[in-house]
Amino acid sequence: MTREDIESGSQDMVIDEGKPEGGERMQGNAAPEGFNVNYLKVYYGKLFPHADMFKWMSYGNDGKHPACDQSYFGRREFSFTLDNDIYLRFQSFNSASELENSIKEKCPFKIDIGPVYSVDPAKRHAYAQSGDNVFAPVERELIFDIDITDYDDVRYCCSGADVCLDCWPLMTVAIKVIDASLKDDFGFNHILWVYSGRRGVHCWVCDGKARRLTNEQRASIAEYFRVYKGNENSHKKVSLSDPLHPFLGRSYTEVLKDFFESKLLLSQKLFSTEERYEKILEMIPDESITSELRGKWQDNKRSSISKEDTNVVRWEQLKRILQSGKHKAQGPQMCVKEIVFSFTYPRLDMEVSKHMNHLLKAPFCVHPKTGRVCVPIDPNCCEEFDPTSVPTLSKLLEEMNTGSLRADIDNEWDRTSLGKSVRFFRSSFLQPLLKACKEEIENSYNAKLQHSKNSLNW
Amino acid sequence: MEIVGSRRKALHYDAVSTIPLYRSAPALEVRLEDFELFAMDRLRVLKGISDALSRGKKPEEMQQVERDLWKANMKHPEASEVVNKDIISHFVLRLAYCRTEDLRKWFLSMETALFRYRFMSESVEAQRALMAEFDLPYKAVSNAEFESTKDKLWQVARSVVPPLSTADTVFYKVPFEEVPELVAGRRVFVHKGHAYVARNQVVSLVATQFRSHLSKALILTNRKWISTIREQESDRLAPIVEALCTSYLGPDYSEPRELGDISIKEIDQIAQSSFPLCMRHLFEKLREDHHLKHGGRMQFGLFLKGIGLKLDDALAFWKAEFSQKVGAERFDKEYAYSIRHNYGREGKRTDYTPYSCQKIISSSPGAGDHHGCPYRHFSEENLRAALGKMRLNNRAVEDVMDKVRSRHYQLACTLTFEAIHGTSCDAGINHPNQYFTDSQKYLQSK
Repeated sequence: MTREDIESGSQDMVIDEGKPEGGERMQGNAAPEGFNVNYLKVYYGKLFPHADMFKWMSYGNDGKHPACDQSYFGRREFSFTLDNDIYLRFQSFNSASELENSIKEKCPFKIDIGPVYSVDPAKRHAYAQSGDNVFAPVERELIFDIDITDYDDVRYCCSGADVCLDCWPLMTVAIKVIDASLKDDFGFNHILWVYSGRRGVHCWVCDGKARRLTNEQRASIAEYFRVYKGNENSHKKVSLSDPLHPFLGRSYTEVLKDFFESKLLLSQKLFSTEERYEKILEMIPDESITSELRGKWQDNKRSSISKEDTNVVRWEQLKRILQSGKHKAQGPQMCVKEIVFSFTYPRLDMEVSKHMNHLLKAPFCVHPKTGRVCVPIDPNCCEEFDPTSVPTLSKLLEEMNTGSLRADIDNEWDRTSLGKSVRFFRSSFLQPLLKACKEEIENSYNAKLQHSKNSLNW
Repeated sequence: MEIVGSRRKALHYDAVSTIPLYRSAPALEVRLEDFELFAMDRLRVLKGISDALSRGKKPEEMQQVERDLWKANMKHPEASEVVNKDIISHFVLRLAYCRTEDLRKWFLSMETALFRYRFMSESVEAQRALMAEFDLPYKAVSNAEFESTKDKLWQVARSVVPPLSTADTVFYKVPFEEVPELVAGRRVFVHKGHAYVARNQVVSLVATQFRSHLSKALILTNRKWISTIREQESDRLAPIVEALCTSYLGPDYSEPRELGDISIKEIDQIAQSSFPLCMRHLFEKLREDHHLKHGGRMQFGLFLKGIGLKLDDALAFWKAEFSQKVGAERFDKEYAYSIRHNYGREGKRTDYTPYSCQKIISSSPGAGDHHGCPYRHFSEENLRAALGKMRLNNRAVEDVMDKVRSRHYQLACTLTFEAIHGTSCDAGINHPNQYFTDSQKYLQSK
C-alpha cells in the first residue's frame, strides 16, 4: 500500500494519516494476543533472517566478481512503519549489517520493500533538482497481492478480516492458477509466495526479466489475469468468450471446476437459502430458466428421495437446464462456467502490480494484528497450508525458551517452527535464484568483454 | 526532390521493399505537371478509402477496395515509374496536408489505412522485410511448432472479438513484453514467455509504427512549409498544394453529357423525379419567390447547365421567373449577362463548373439564401418536412437523420436517393449532377 510522502523538515519522518491494514488503529497499550513490542525485539534479535533477506535483495551483486554492482543493494528502498504509526520512507542501506542494525534498533512493526532506484534513495533530492527526473525506479520484482476481503461477496462463513478453513481454499486456488500461468505462459522461474499474515497472499516474481518490466508491461500481465470486473451495481461480473482463451480453459478444467463442485459448493452452502441462490440466479440472463429453477427451489422444496446435499442437487439441476441445449442462445451455454469463475477465479489487486514504485510488505515480518509471521507458501502443496496454524510471535518465543539446548544448532530459528519456513525459503527459492543471478552476471560480463574485444579491431 | 520544367531525368531509386516507407524525400526530379497529377491520383485513392470506410465496409472488403482504387489510379505507362509515382504523390500530399491539425489527422488516418491494406496483401517474405524495417524482427513460427500449437492458436483466434480468421496460418513468435496490448486483452497465445501473434495482429503493430513515424514527419513538414517552402514557392507550387485539399476529383460536369437536351417544359417533371434535395429546394423557392440570391443562382444555374440546359433555354427559364419579380428589363440588364458568362467559359475554370457536394456543404448560406446542403443547413424540423414531401417513409427518414447527426451529409443524400429510387447507390453521392445522372439512368433503364 502506498502512502503520501509528506516531509517535515529534513528528515523523512512521516505521521501516517492513512489507515493501516484493516482500518484499525493500533493502540499502544492494547497489544493483541500474540503480538507485543518486546517480543518483536527478541524476534528481530534472534529469529528474523537478516542475512537471507540481504542475499535475496542483492541478487548476486554482493559477490566478488568484477561485474558485481556494489551500489545495487544500496539503491533499494525500504520503508519502516514504527510504533505509533510513524512511517519512514526511502530507507536505504549499504550493507547487510547496516540493514540488520537498523531493523534491530528501530524495531519496525512493518517492513516494506520498494524498488531499486537509479540512485541511492537517500540522495534523491540532489537528483530531483536537476529536473531531468533521473531519480526513477530501475528494477522491481513483479508482485501480486490477493486479499480474501475482495471475495466477501462470495463467502458466507467469514467477512472482513476473518479467515477460516472454509474460505481459505479460495487463496489456495488463486495461487494454483496464477503460479501455473506465471511459469507455463510467461516462463518465469523464481517465484515466491508468501502468507500476508492475516487474510491473503503475496507473490514475488524475481527473475531478471520480471524485475526489468516496465509499468506498461506489468499492467498487461495483470490485465491478462483479470476476469472479474464490476461492483455491487452490476449483476454479471464475469463475461466469458466461447471458446475460452487456453489460459482460462486450463484454469477451469484443472483447478476451478473441481474446486467449485467438490469444495466450495458445500463449504459455503451456495444454494441453501433463497438469498444465496438468488445471487446465482442473477447471473443467468434467461428469465424462463431462472423461473423454472426458482419453482423447483422455493419454499425449501426438496426431493424426498435424494440423500444428497441440497447444494449439490441444485447445482446439478442448474447445470442440466443450462447445458440442455434447449435454449440455443450462447448466453446460457457459458453461464455454468461464468458462475464457477465468479466464485473461484483469482481476484487480484490490479494497482499493486501495475507500478514499479509500489511498496509491498517483506516476508518474515510479523502481522501486528494477528502476531503471525509472514511465512512462505509452497505452491506445489498449497492445499496443505493452514493459516490458522502459522507460528505466532508468542509461540515462537515460547519455543525458543523451551526448545532444545543443542549446541550444534547454529540458528535460533532452527529450534522453532520458523525453521521449516526459513529452510524452505533457502532451498526452494533463494539458492536457485542466486545461482541464476550469478550466471546472469557472469554471462553479461563475458558478453561485454567479447564485444569490447571485437570493437578494438582496427 | 527537385521540381523541373518539361525536361525530365529519371534517377535510379533503390526500393528496399515493395511498399515504400516514405522515410525521406527521394532524390528524384519531377515534372511540374506530374507534381499535381500524381498527387491528385493518390488523393482519389485516399478519398476512395475514406468514403468506403464511412460507408461501413468491413476490413476484408477494404483490402479489395484498396486494390481496385490503386489499380485504377496509380498506374503509370512506364512500369519503372510506378514506384516513383507512389513516392512523389505521397510527398506532395504531405505538403498539402501538413498545414492544419484537421488535414494532418485525415491524411494520417488514410495513409495508415492504405499502408495497412497494402501490407496485408504482401507476401510473407515482403512482410518480414517490412517488419525488419520497423525494428520488429519477429520470427515466423516453424511448421513443426505450428503443428503442435495450432489447436491452442485457433482456440485463441476464435475466443477474441471479432474472431480472427483461422485460415491465416502465419504466426510470429514474439517476446511477450513487446506486445503488451495483445497480452492484456488475452488476444494471443502465450507460452514460456513468448506470444504467438497472428499475421493480422502484426499488421496492427506495423501500422502503429508507420503512423507514428508519419505523424512526426508531418509536424516537421509543416514547420518547413511555414518557414521556407510556402514563400519560396508562392507562385509555383504553393497554389497547387493549397488547392489540392479542397479539390473535387470526380467528373466536373462542365461538358454536359448527351442525355438529350433538357427543355424547359421538362424541368418540372424531372425536378420531381431526379433532382437532389438541394436543387429541388432552390427550384421550389425560385418558383415561389421568382427570385434567388447570388449563391442560389450560381449553385442552381450551374447545375442546370450541367444537366444539359442550353443557354437559350436557360435565359428563357430564368427570365420567366425573374421578370415576375423584377421585370423583364431589369432581368436583361442585371442578370442575363452573368448567365451568359457562366455558359461562355470553356476549360477548367473551377468557379464555373457545377458545384460538387463538398463545395456546397462548405458554403455558408445567410438570411434569405436557399443554397447550401439541406442535410447540413436545414434545421431538423425542416429537413424532416422536406424528406416527408419527397415521400420517404418513417424508417428511411430516421436512417437519414441518423447520418445527418453524425455529419455524414453525403451519405444522408445517398440514402435519400436509395429510398426514392428503391435501388442502392454503392458509389455514394459526391455531386448533384451525379445524383441527377444516376437517377435518370436508373429511371430510363426501367
